[in-house]
Amino acid sequence: MKVSAIFKNGLTVAVVATMAAIAVPALAWEPTKTVEFIVPAGSGGGADQMARMIDGVVKKHNLMKAPLVVINKSGGAGAEGFLDVKGAKGDPYKIIITLSNLFTTPLATGVPFNWKDLTPVSMMALDQFVLWVNAETPYKNAKDYIDAVKKAGPLKMKMGGTGSKQEDQIITVGLEKQTGTKFIYIPFKGGGDVAVQLVGKHIDSSVNNPIEAVAQWRAGKLRPLCVFDDERMPYKAKVTDTMSWNDIPTCKQSGVDMDYVMLRGIFMAGGVTEEQRNFYVDLLKKVRATPEWKEFMEKGAFNQTALIGDDYKNWVAKEEQRHIQLMKEAGFLAAAK
Amino acid sequence: MAEISSLMHGFSVALSAYNLMLMFIGVVLGVVIGVLPGLGGANGVAILLPLTFTMPPTSGIIMLSCIYWGALFGGAITSILFNIPGEPWSVATTFDGYPLAQKGRAGSALTAAFTSSFIGALIAVVMITFLSPVVASFALEFGPPEFFSVYLLTFCAFVGMSKGAAFKTVASMMAGFALAAVGLDTVTGTLRLTFGHTELLKGFDFLIAVIGLFGIGEILQTMEEGLAFKGVQAKMNAKVVLETWKELPRYWATSIRSAAVGCFMGIVPGGATPASFMSYGVAKRFSATGDRFGTGEVEGVVAPETAAHAAGTSALLPMLTLGIPGSPTAAVLLGGLLIWGLQPGPLLFVEQKDFVWGLIASMYLGNIAGLIVVLTCVPLFAAILRIPFSIIAPVILVICAIGAFTVHNSMFDVWLMVIFGFIGYVFKKLDYPLAPLVLALVLGDRAEDSFRQSMLMSQGDMRILFANPLVGSITGLALALLLWPLLSALWTAVRKSLA
Repeated sequence: MKVSAIFKNGLTVAVVATMAAIAVPALAWEPTKTVEFIVPAGSGGGADQMARMIDGVVKKHNLMKAPLVVINKSGGAGAEGFLDVKGAKGDPYKIIITLSNLFTTPLATGVPFNWKDLTPVSMMALDQFVLWVNAETPYKNAKDYIDAVKKAGPLKMKMGGTGSKQEDQIITVGLEKQTGTKFIYIPFKGGGDVAVQLVGKHIDSSVNNPIEAVAQWRAGKLRPLCVFDDERMPYKAKVTDTMSWNDIPTCKQSGVDMDYVMLRGIFMAGGVTEEQRNFYVDLLKKVRATPEWKEFMEKGAFNQTALIGDDYKNWVAKEEQRHIQLMKEAGFLAAAK
Repeated sequence: MAEISSLMHGFSVALSAYNLMLMFIGVVLGVVIGVLPGLGGANGVAILLPLTFTMPPTSGIIMLSCIYWGALFGGAITSILFNIPGEPWSVATTFDGYPLAQKGRAGSALTAAFTSSFIGALIAVVMITFLSPVVASFALEFGPPEFFSVYLLTFCAFVGMSKGAAFKTVASMMAGFALAAVGLDTVTGTLRLTFGHTELLKGFDFLIAVIGLFGIGEILQTMEEGLAFKGVQAKMNAKVVLETWKELPRYWATSIRSAAVGCFMGIVPGGATPASFMSYGVAKRFSATGDRFGTGEVEGVVAPETAAHAAGTSALLPMLTLGIPGSPTAAVLLGGLLIWGLQPGPLLFVEQKDFVWGLIASMYLGNIAGLIVVLTCVPLFAAILRIPFSIIAPVILVICAIGAFTVHNSMFDVWLMVIFGFIGYVFKKLDYPLAPLVLALVLGDRAEDSFRQSMLMSQGDMRILFANPLVGSITGLALALLLWPLLSALWTAVRKSLA
């Protein structure tokens, strides 16, 4: 009797499952041709790595039937990619990963584009910024370093960063405002370059993302001083012999009241349907549940806040206002046309 | 000799039937990617990267790096046959490779190109095997002023080497700089010279310009000259490989110089493209037959190909040890490493011995596989030129258009390519050299960025370009090369007046 009961239950489950399987595709939208995954940044950078990671996870776990293709459109600080998706209104076969240039590029260059031209799908994570110095310098904490910068006088110490009028320079300006110092800001093309320039002592400090500098930190070439977030990073596994990400104090604790995190999120073109959006929301949720993704998050010490729907939209709207404010203060806004 | 035993261990990792199969697949795919202009090694590797996620990391990187070697080999094929560089680093190969093909010696040119590619790669791999720790720390010496001095050296090695009026060379180079300035300025973060057109904000892509200037320009000229490729008489000759090999040892000095230039530029990392230009310039200056360069000299093919492949190979070293990609393809491979759970950086050699030495062993094997594949195809490739122009020209046009479209997936670029084609035709008619324009376009914005970064660092003090022995000697060498024609003319004049 027991066997037949299990069999019966099993059968019921199977029948229900089959019905669900038949019912769902009839209702839900899913892509039937190649989906372009636009990266508004160069190959090898943080956004590109995350996009290719997502692409790899989707393929490995067979999360989507239609093929996904990652395409870099980095021209004009990412404006090329944003304009491409903006121009594809109503096309559900384009998704785009964003970084802070979603806000900074239109503000700094005056390219006619705003995040409201896109449909927010899902926030994947927030990227942290850490203040780094060369490990051979005597500065043990942020205060030591800021004191040294003050002592050296304005325009003596060099801060390297990615691009101009983008997140790294915004943080640098914030740091200057907070501490009454003045750096020479030197823009480079990518975060990896910046980390190597710091190891080679061509610059005095950087505000690299964790993933850009972690290899040099582990090799004992760089030293993290503080993280620009309101709380410490949660990862307690040892990265070097003595320190974990969690051991890095926040900049606020070190007397520099500045916080900044960067959006790593996915958008679609404007004018797509709710069903089409839901497909990608669901897809990305599955991606975030894989072990590969969790390992990637830990390796790059990402802040794993993930938002969808109105929460995400509101977050983006708030962040836009904050960027307008920050860039206005820094004098980075393009001349009004 | 710890390296030898590590390397042997690497061979034991790489030499499985599965890995060897992946190697050959990779090389063949790479050659195809290299032949198609626009679909560069970086794009090819990026497209195929996800396929390797299910493989073990060592097998994955072996296949991807073999695609990379294949693309390096393949880039030369269209440069020599049709004057269309398949890859940016094969532009310099067209200077003598295409004239050779027109003389009916396409087979020799291809053999020389492939063989010297192999030798360049081999020298670079040997260096990686034995000198990687020393060499990797050398790359750290390079800050913005050092980079600028290297670019300056490339320009100076190239100036004055074109035949014809010096004024035309300078004019062509300045046009290249002007084109390079279009788009976003890294240092100020604002748009330049776009005149409000959003199509222009990504600037002029080097590949599109090259496909237009060389490929389309050449077809227009051939049409004017009577619709025939001059290489039609090329004979199918299976022995061409052996015959060319007899000739090659004569150019040993050029090979060594070019390999040195290539290794240096790969490690710095300046990249394969400037390496090929610089090496061509240097070879022309030092060769006994330097004044015949550009008319179809085998040595003029050896120099850029050796340097490009040496640079392309050694570019993997800073990627593995420092995490800085030496080329766009290396950047994509870098992304692959991270996904496989490997952290490129100083500790990779310590923590991932199997992976690193497996990769290095596959560099030896992959290049041998590549050489075998391409050399057996030489007579086949050369025979393409026997196809009548009226059939092959439309095919080339279509391939060019697809190539230009692939770069950014944009139709605008195809029109741009056509415009560049007309510019290339007009340049040829008026006897303006195209090479300086191309060189300035590819290196112009990098040279500008590093110069302005240097000026920011020194707050406008030019002495930063002589601030330490390294940057001082490179800058000095650049200036000496620039003034060489003047100095040698002066010297001849002095000697004449004494005699």
